[in-house]
Amino acid sequence: MMDNNKSLMKKDTAKRLIKMLFSFYPKLLPFTIVCILFNAVVSAIPAMFQQQVIAIIEENWRTGDWSAVSGAILSKVFILAGLYCLSLIAAIVYNQCMAIITQGSLKKMRVKMFDGMQNLPIRYFDQHEHGDIMSYYTNDVDTLRQLISVAMPQLLVSAVGITTIFCLMMYYSLWLTIIVVGGVFIMTKVVKKVGGGSGKYFMKQQGALAKTEGFIEEMMNGQKVIKVFNHETAAEADFDKVNDELFRVAEKANKYANTLMPILGNIGNILYVILAFAGGALLFLKVPNVSLSGLALSISITVPFLNMEKQFAGQIGGISQQINAVVMGLAGASRVFTIMDEMPEEDEGHVTLVKCREADGRIEETTERTEMWAWKWIGEDGKPQYKKLAGDVVLKDVDFSYDGKHTVLHGVNVFARPGQKVAFVGATGAGKTTITNLINRFYEIQDGTITYDGIDIKDIKKADLRHSLGIILQDTVLFTGTVMENIRYGKLDASDEECIAAAKLAGADDFIERLPEGYNTKLLANGSNLSQGQRQLISIARAAVADPPVMIMDEATSSIDTHTEAIVQKGMDALMAGRTVFVIAHRLSTVQNSDVIMVLDHGKIIERGSHDELIAAKGNYYQLYTGAFELE
Amino acid sequence: MNVVRTLSKSIREFRIPAIKSPVFVVLESLIETIIPFVTARLINEIKAGCGMDTITKYGLVLIALAMLSLTFGVVAGNASATAATGFSRNLRKDIFYKIQDFSFENIDRFQTSSLVTRMTTDIQNVQMAFMMLIRIGFRAPVMLIFSFATAFIMGGRMAWIFVAVIPILGIGLFSVIRMVMPLFRAVFKKYDALNDSVQENVNGMRVVKSFVREEYEKEKFNIAATDVQKDFTRAERILAFNNPLMQFCLYVVMIFVLSFGSYTIISTKGVALDVGQYSALLTYSFQILMSLMMVSMIFVMVTLSAESAERIAEVLREESTLTNPPEPVMDVPDGSIDFENVSFKYSKKAERFVLSDIDLHIRSGETIGIIGGTGSSKSSFIQLIPRLYDVTEGVVKVGNIDVKNYDLKTLRDQVAVVLQKNVLFSGTIKENLRWGNPKATDEEIIEACRLAQADEFVQRFPDKYDTFITQGGTNVSGGQKQRLCIARALLKKPKVLILDDSTSAVDTKTDALIRKGFKEFIPETTKIIIAQRVSSVEDADRILILKGGKIQDIGTHEELLSRNETYQDLYKAQNKITEETGDVVSASVENTEGGER
Repeated sequence: MMDNNKSLMKKDTAKRLIKMLFSFYPKLLPFTIVCILFNAVVSAIPAMFQQQVIAIIEENWRTGDWSAVSGAILSKVFILAGLYCLSLIAAIVYNQCMAIITQGSLKKMRVKMFDGMQNLPIRYFDQHEHGDIMSYYTNDVDTLRQLISVAMPQLLVSAVGITTIFCLMMYYSLWLTIIVVGGVFIMTKVVKKVGGGSGKYFMKQQGALAKTEGFIEEMMNGQKVIKVFNHETAAEADFDKVNDELFRVAEKANKYANTLMPILGNIGNILYVILAFAGGALLFLKVPNVSLSGLALSISITVPFLNMEKQFAGQIGGISQQINAVVMGLAGASRVFTIMDEMPEEDEGHVTLVKCREADGRIEETTERTEMWAWKWIGEDGKPQYKKLAGDVVLKDVDFSYDGKHTVLHGVNVFARPGQKVAFVGATGAGKTTITNLINRFYEIQDGTITYDGIDIKDIKKADLRHSLGIILQDTVLFTGTVMENIRYGKLDASDEECIAAAKLAGADDFIERLPEGYNTKLLANGSNLSQGQRQLISIARAAVADPPVMIMDEATSSIDTHTEAIVQKGMDALMAGRTVFVIAHRLSTVQNSDVIMVLDHGKIIERGSHDELIAAKGNYYQLYTGAFELE
Repeated sequence: MNVVRTLSKSIREFRIPAIKSPVFVVLESLIETIIPFVTARLINEIKAGCGMDTITKYGLVLIALAMLSLTFGVVAGNASATAATGFSRNLRKDIFYKIQDFSFENIDRFQTSSLVTRMTTDIQNVQMAFMMLIRIGFRAPVMLIFSFATAFIMGGRMAWIFVAVIPILGIGLFSVIRMVMPLFRAVFKKYDALNDSVQENVNGMRVVKSFVREEYEKEKFNIAATDVQKDFTRAERILAFNNPLMQFCLYVVMIFVLSFGSYTIISTKGVALDVGQYSALLTYSFQILMSLMMVSMIFVMVTLSAESAERIAEVLREESTLTNPPEPVMDVPDGSIDFENVSFKYSKKAERFVLSDIDLHIRSGETIGIIGGTGSSKSSFIQLIPRLYDVTEGVVKVGNIDVKNYDLKTLRDQVAVVLQKNVLFSGTIKENLRWGNPKATDEEIIEACRLAQADEFVQRFPDKYDTFITQGGTNVSGGQKQRLCIARALLKKPKVLILDDSTSAVDTKTDALIRKGFKEFIPETTKIIIAQRVSSVEDADRILILKGGKIQDIGTHEELLSRNETYQDLYKAQNKITEETGDVVSASVENTEGGER
């Protein structure tokens, strides 16, 4: 959203777009261009044949003897027919190619955007509204269709036409050509002024469109709340504001664009008159002609010159018809490029995670499926070094801030030995979720170190670090697809049996079997056809199949019935067994059996210890714990 | 054509520019057709060796015409811009307003993402097509008719050849469109699905990254995008025959004129056709082609937008299933609620009743707890009270009046529901709370927040009540969100307050405080509390146990504990830890930050 404000279209957008199209189709696009040019040239030749045929007729029409001239005329007609066929073939070929190129390029753009987006840091998604991001894929990419498929070929044809006519003009008379150049100069000025204004507003339009989309998305998601609060009128009023703003800029953009066509067309007309004057004047004053042909200025030059000017203006008209599509398309492209240009998540890690087995007390890398993993890096001697993955996580003096101004965590120290269960407890804003977001490097710490099996996590490749961590988020996110596919998300090469075993471990097998199509039941948008608890169970199974040595669990707060909650709890417990686990607890009942409980307050750990120790200490934890007690 | 009628209702105040545009386009086009005549005369004069004064005379006429055409052109351009963008503004507005009138049943029928696409992409398509229609759509026929007319005047009988190719063209265009329309219809659906998958991905980014599934997602997206590309390309490749078809027709005409025309001239010694007519035919064939090209361009645009128009019309035609009664009751006398033999199912076609034979009478000011497992229809039950859905059989009364007789707004102002799936909107806390009562003073807001146990944490935010809530309320915790939602409902000062599992993320201590506050400060209000925790309802006047859409039992905590097995089991399950540790039950701390920070 903030990008929209510095909305002036970048100058090199067009250049970059063309370059990109060439890189998408390095062979087909040049070939298509050749076909377009061929078609343009061939379509121009018939005029010459027509003139010749007319000349023959003019000479012979009084004779009434068709057979005398039929040979001459028909041979020309045949050649013409041949040319037409070629031109038609070229037209068919280039139109087909353009269709392929247009849709292919749109797809490649989408894929490029999506690929780039996958590599953006989480921070990007925090800072941008989702509707706004969506708008790049819908509104902005859509503007490119018309630009690539229609406007670009038309511009090319017109450019060829203009150059040809211009050369011909030079051939006839330099003086008159200079006048045309003057006219063209004025036209480009107008295009710059009006087209620039149009571009500015089209850019704003795309921004306003994104904003509108964001607004609509939010409102549609909360539509039931709007109804319950009788907030319809207020929502309508708010909508009118964004909608009217969109209307305002869209109207301006289109007004500018629509004005361009008549202005350019009529500059052509006025130029015509000026040329007629000038031609006449030159004739009368007998100014010596300067031309490539060396012909003297005469009526036989002025008249065709005037006709050429008509064609010239016609070509420019052809361009101006496409201005709308061009300006809007470039505005879209420029926004598409902004998301492509977003800086991807950095990863300077070099330590990787490999499968291994133990042989003679040494760790050996293997491609077999083993239950054992090791960290691998290249030692100073150039030989690979291995360290067995254990799940030992240490946070030392960690400071963190989301925005670089307000520190959220101060000097946090956490030690988790392999197999330990560490629970975080604390009040609002204490920073519990933040800590877990640092371990998997969704965010970078400002100060201190985080180590995993003694290795600084900054040295571990992000993908491998995250592979070694299982995360169950508070809000369950499932994807469109079958139940099986959703479980397999945890480990893509897992067999059906492995997935089912994971579901059994999570306690999800029971209900999945009872679904209409069992594991092949299709989930609708985010699993809306399942209950909250069922979705959580699938997400637990998903983490279970990944089988990571370290788990981070953010307990769900959403309400599930007591029976399901018990099952979910059982699934969680089964999953936690034998792993290093970080639990963000919302119920004190679930943290009592933790090895260590960390009580957080305002970004600091104020108490730590086991349940019994903390109760005995009668500190904050004790108060939290007994708070509920007092009331009963 | 029905679609056109539905959509054209949205033109309204832009009717004048929408008419102005074609009128001026026609005028502009007419002048543009006159200009060549003048230039032709001028050339003839120059050829004949006229003087400067003649050139001046014609020149001035030409400049005047150019100025007129320019003016008309600019007027038309501006008018069409206003008309088209205004039309799309009204369409967006009408859809949005229409959705505001939707009942819950209507809302359930449309997917959010599809509504968003309809209001953006689809309307943009229609806007483009509309602008083209009122500009080029009038320009092209004028040019075409004029070119035909001149071809006949100047070219004589042989101009019939132009008419002869029209069927070829017509059949060609018609079959192209016939082939392409179903393809587009199908591809738009896939396109929706593609956009859905982007949205899903954006929303689930944390999961994608946690499982390191970026590459997998890329592959998935690539497959979906390729699929869309394939279908779109197929459709576009058929459309791409439009242009060659036009060229083909032109060439046929040209060849015909050049061969048969030449023969006619020479064999009749210029009687049936003369040289002037002959060259005019050749000249105008080009003009006719250009106008035909424009017509085909409009065809393509309209074809493309027809599907979009249909999708927009679908929403506009959707009738709300709930309407205000003709003579609505504007006042709710008290907070008593009566269910009389109520049965309910979500759609007429559904086989199973979600609620059946509910007969229940709640006194004004009473507190009712509702307990029941998943699928027991607790939410369906309470949604009938503010008439979010209409009952299928029986009657629901509030204040002894059938809810169907109330003005909807009045009823819903007096029956406040805190929905289970609740939402805060981007804006400050204060703005969000004022949804309950736009005129609420700061004191009232603080009072409501105290009652909902929200004031304490709001005061701890640096910006207090002006703290900005991000979209979906992701920067407050689940428990905080729930308390703000309760405060928002309290600000309505309703006669009936319904909490649909609205304290699940709030710790038991705070939960109890909230209920205590209700008892002390709003005793007159009827309170209905749906909960999973027995502790949330045990001090209610009566507790309702729902099972499979039926009332299984109703009574006080003590009564149920002594006689109802379900209730006993539930109570025992939730108090298990107590027995083991000798301590209290569901001690819980509140979830702190939003999990999705």
